[in-house]
Amino acid sequence: MNYMLQIYSGDGVSSWESLSEEEQNAVMAEYGAIFQTPGVTGGAQLQDATTATTVRVQDGRTLTTDGPFPETKEALGGYYLLEADDLDTAIELAARIPAARMGGAIEVRPLVER
Amino acid sequence: MLAALVGFLGDFDLAEEAAQEAFAIAAERWPREGAPANPGAWLVATARNRAVDHIRRRRTLAVKTKLLEVAEAVEDEIPQDTFRDERLELIFTCCHPALSLDAQVALTLRALGGLQTSEIARAFLVPEPTMAQRLVRAKRKIRRAGIPFRIPPAHLLPDRLTAVLAVVYLIFNEGCDGRRELLGAQAIRLGVSLAELMPDEPEVFGLLALMLLHDSRRAARLRDGELVLLADQDRSLWDRAQIRAGNEALERALALRGEGPYVLQAAIASLHAQDSSDWPQIASLYAELLRMTGSPVVALNGAVARAEAEGPEAGLAAIERLELEDYHYLHATRADFLRRLGRSDEARIAYARALELVRSEPERRFLQRRLAAL
Repeated sequence: MNYMLQIYSGDGVSSWESLSEEEQNAVMAEYGAIFQTPGVTGGAQLQDATTATTVRVQDGRTLTTDGPFPETKEALGGYYLLEADDLDTAIELAARIPAARMGGAIEVRPLVER
Repeated sequence: MLAALVGFLGDFDLAEEAAQEAFAIAAERWPREGAPANPGAWLVATARNRAVDHIRRRRTLAVKTKLLEVAEAVEDEIPQDTFRDERLELIFTCCHPALSLDAQVALTLRALGGLQTSEIARAFLVPEPTMAQRLVRAKRKIRRAGIPFRIPPAHLLPDRLTAVLAVVYLIFNEGCDGRRELLGAQAIRLGVSLAELMPDEPEVFGLLALMLLHDSRRAARLRDGELVLLADQDRSLWDRAQIRAGNEALERALALRGEGPYVLQAAIASLHAQDSSDWPQIASLYAELLRMTGSPVVALNGAVARAEAEGPEAGLAAIERLELEDYHYLHATRADFLRRLGRSDEARIAYARALELVRSEPERRFLQRRLAAL
């Protein structure tokens, strides 16, 4: 099975900035360690949601708007791709992601297998 | 049987379909040719063969030879005489925390209780299509999200067992409604199975004991449709055999050094099943349970026991500041303490508040009788 672990940061920016530099480094190291975990096949951290551009096409015209889709407080901050035997393995990895204990949440979604 | 099939096939729908076909073949063949020596194994083997046929047909349509080989390899693994009991794997799958609680309950009743979708729908007072949809969605999630079919590894087991027990207890409590005894009996059957399958888990025996002891008083709880309090119940209506079975399960739980919330509640239920309730002991067990759970409902029950042991004054003090404003039992209990203290005006107000909140008809009539007698 392949899963995408989507990392939602909640009010992440403020709680992130309240950390000391040392604590921030420790959290970044955790993200790095998860990336090195066997079964993790990819992943990325996204720039924050204020940098997002949303694109739609109506009647053949490309419409762009500033900001993320949808407009929610909880923004997608990054993701991992994981190959695992089952959902339990994916849940265990998700629970190790720092955002999960820092007011955010991880959404675990299976990929469609082709 | 379904457990063995789901374990083998990894697919609820296919397993159910195959099981139905096997029963149909048996119904046609057994009266004519006589039943086989081991009917259970025959049914599982027949259902498995049918399911493999289905898989093969499906795959022939889809991809062709490569997958056909897989199906054949699978068939070779079918043992001919005995099948491993996989009910435990099945219940842990049904009660997986990635499923909604509603779905866990419905799946457990469907897959382990063998209830029809229509029966589950009736028991939970939802339209049958709603329940069918709930089951379809849950089975789809199990398949697509990769919820494993297995007994959880040791580091996950305590949490997962708690989830399983919560589902069984929820089914039992739904059954306490009186009109839905089917669910109570189902929950006890599930509890008995769990105790067989996990003979070393004290909380499993604690829950079983709790359900058996509570259910043993069922016949005495209503008289002509009216609620009868424990103290006024006709004890000859209590099911003595079931009380014995409940006490045996409790002893097993205690022998396993059980001291979890179900074991404590079973111990309380066991004291209630004696000829005269030992209120000081019951009150101290509730105090322990409250320390463990922090539940205001437990605090309320504990206050009732204290009122019996030490008088209504102590009970009243114990329910001050409980955050259960919308819970009719809080007001009914408070009203009862005030009534016994002769504070009739305050008792009337509390009964009125309880009557605004109560939903069960026998309880409403009981409260009305108490109010009228003031």
